[in-house]
Amino acid sequence: MEIYKADVVIVGGGGAGLRAAIAVAEADPLLRIALVSKVYPMRSHTVAAEGGSAGVKQASDSLEYHFNDTVHGGDWLCEQDVVEYFVAHCTEELTQLEHWGCPWSRTPDGHVNVRAFGGMKIERTWFAADKTGFHMLHTLFQTSIKYPSIKRFDEHFCVDLIVEDGRVQGVVAIEIASGEFTLVEARSVVIATGGAGRVFRENTNGGVVTGDGMALAYRHGVPLRDMEFVQYHPTCMPGTGLLFTEACRGEGGFLVNKDGYRYLQDYGLGPAEPTPRNKAMELGPRDRLSQAFWYEQQKGRTIEGPHGSVVHLDLRHLGEKKLRERLPQIYELAEQFMGVDPAHAPIPVRPAVHYTMGGILVDGRCAAPLPGLFAAGECSSVGIHGANRLGSNSLSELLVFGKVAGVEAARHARAVAAGDSTRLLKQAQAVEQRVVGLKTKSGGSERIATLRKEMAQTMEDGCGIYRLAETMQTTCDKLDELKDRFRNVNLEDKSSVWNTEWLLAIELEYQLDVAQSMACSAINRRESRGAHQRLDGFEQRDDVNFLAHSQAHYVAGGPPRIDYGPVRITKSQPGTRAYGAAGEKAEQERKASNV
Amino acid sequence: MSDMQKTIEIEVLRYHPEKDKEPHRQVFEVPFTDDMSVLQGVQYIKDYLDGSLSFRWSCRMAICGSCGMMINGIPNLSCQTFLRDYYPARVRVEALAHFPIERDLVINMEGFIEKLESIQPYIIPKEERTLAQGEYLQTPEQLNAYEQFSSCINCLLCYAACPQFGLNSSFIGPAATALLHRYNVDSRDGGKAERMELINSEEGVFNCTAVGYCSEVCPKHVDPANAVNQNKTNSAADYFLRFLAPKGGAK
Repeated sequence: MEIYKADVVIVGGGGAGLRAAIAVAEADPLLRIALVSKVYPMRSHTVAAEGGSAGVKQASDSLEYHFNDTVHGGDWLCEQDVVEYFVAHCTEELTQLEHWGCPWSRTPDGHVNVRAFGGMKIERTWFAADKTGFHMLHTLFQTSIKYPSIKRFDEHFCVDLIVEDGRVQGVVAIEIASGEFTLVEARSVVIATGGAGRVFRENTNGGVVTGDGMALAYRHGVPLRDMEFVQYHPTCMPGTGLLFTEACRGEGGFLVNKDGYRYLQDYGLGPAEPTPRNKAMELGPRDRLSQAFWYEQQKGRTIEGPHGSVVHLDLRHLGEKKLRERLPQIYELAEQFMGVDPAHAPIPVRPAVHYTMGGILVDGRCAAPLPGLFAAGECSSVGIHGANRLGSNSLSELLVFGKVAGVEAARHARAVAAGDSTRLLKQAQAVEQRVVGLKTKSGGSERIATLRKEMAQTMEDGCGIYRLAETMQTTCDKLDELKDRFRNVNLEDKSSVWNTEWLLAIELEYQLDVAQSMACSAINRRESRGAHQRLDGFEQRDDVNFLAHSQAHYVAGGPPRIDYGPVRITKSQPGTRAYGAAGEKAEQERKASNV
Repeated sequence: MSDMQKTIEIEVLRYHPEKDKEPHRQVFEVPFTDDMSVLQGVQYIKDYLDGSLSFRWSCRMAICGSCGMMINGIPNLSCQTFLRDYYPARVRVEALAHFPIERDLVINMEGFIEKLESIQPYIIPKEERTLAQGEYLQTPEQLNAYEQFSSCINCLLCYAACPQFGLNSSFIGPAATALLHRYNVDSRDGGKAERMELINSEEGVFNCTAVGYCSEVCPKHVDPANAVNQNKTNSAADYFLRFLAPKGGAK
């Protein structure tokens, strides 16, 4: 086994991991940083984010507005002190990225331009055409090359955390090209491995988005918080689930049903106007739009396609010139993958799983309850998204909390002494033996792909846009069965070099744990809030019993134990969550009652 | 369901360094539908026919840059190349040309990463600015000067297309030159002189013989050939200026 002695190890080379690495390097150039990523950093799924990144920019905007949009959008299940910190640091971080070279789209006078996004009162979404995540990721990756203290372990697959003396002290990773194991010793560990959307069938996520870091922390006793809240993005490609950014609607696109009718006006989002009005109609939040799709489908007002029911995303009135300038990637996706020219025909779309609101429980400084462990980005639950994330808050989250995680990890690494290397190695060897055992065992009969497909289907069936106790229970039972069958998994490939079948098996095991935390958290939440909507007698939000964060605790060999933690309310008392004209009325009433 | 009964043959170049002396071909019969990408075909093989087939992929939407392959001899992203364009004929997939094969369709791209790291691919500020001072001003025209060259997804199709890189793997090549150019022409950057030393070196732009195939295969319209040739002009100007200035022309 190779041994590398670092001070801080970061698992995950996407936006949050890279930002954390740079923060450590800037906090103390003497700290040795190991950046462990199962893909080359620029392949990480941050790359696929399209629409933009939120930060107050205009004189007509305010931190208070961004705070209110985020907390209301999250159906009040947000840590309000953390949201306050977040909104106060978005713009600074986006400006930092500008200084590092990010090609933000500009106004004619050379300032960074902003666009409208769902659930946001004022235009505050910074964008680089419709490839914002791509540009942010490449800017961060390329900038990280400046810092000699960042040692990258590209294409190294993390298989476990090393916990010794009650604190985390390193990770074990497989070098994919050789199949060899490396122990990376470190006094701080930052997890930045992204979400887990691939546990669902139809999703916008890349193949790498398998919840690895969530499962690792969870198995070491760190609770996964608010895992029942999984975001369906309303406008995705039927079948593949590929994303058509919310910016399509930010730029003025319409959603229409089979009659060409802008159906969102029937779901409390109207009035329908010819140009986009913020926080109304197509610029409502994602949970509400996906739910409206579901109802349209029930009413038979959607269009039947080869991959299920669809509605139409109509961009024709924006014209080819604007589409090519503002939404070039969307244009090409529609043309190349669907044979649709969006300047001349509407794009068939349907909701697909997009984002994991919950994640590894951390405090506002990104610290998990396990000493030495930090988490940032989609894998974490720092508390800003609540029950429904607003579009363009997650890219800003990567920056703001990636930096916080890096700074805190550096501080922690300086404050504690190195552990006993002999004992760390002994643990790492045990990990190696266990992980190699999965590959070398014989006699199994289950195919990885079959188990994965059944998992993804049962998650869609039980934990979709609307949920029922009975189907959620079926999903929980099915996941038990799949975990059982996983023990009988068969690997055809016993070799060492680039054995991706082995890695897929390890990922599937991560996914099954994360899926179980989602389904069990969902069935226990007997109310409807944000992205968690029930149709079995719990249709209303229940602040008396469920204004609380769920916490799933790992239990070996069985379903997780679920308990609840408090929600920090500082200045926004839970109220009616409304959009469109109803939202404006509610806001006026709130203002009047405060006077 | 009758659609699902159609099949297509995919011929894959296999190579496993622990078992094979040299690469060999293997043909798989895969269920075919009209909307399947080559990547989905290859995924089907791995999932249901042969779990030992190795390849890189992730986003499925032509932005992560992982899934480049030779498809019927042409470098392409397998996620945005569709089986329908070959059906009913057999499709041949191979690892990207000009790179060492690690296994099956997986190439070794360390050499490219080293090139990328060597060109100082980050802003070297022309003038320092604090965060409190806000963003650098950059007009849409100034953005336009480099935006295209910042769109490279590092998929390496251009290297697989480049005959010079095929002959001499130390040639800096299309994508790294495009990235270098991207920073050189960014209005915020002042690092051109440092970068030009690399481009003027033996492995720099003059290796390019202006075939232009790199730009043809680029899935993101980066047009690396254009970047290479602009830098030839820059390099030539630098060459003469170095007789006048102590070190490099642009300083």
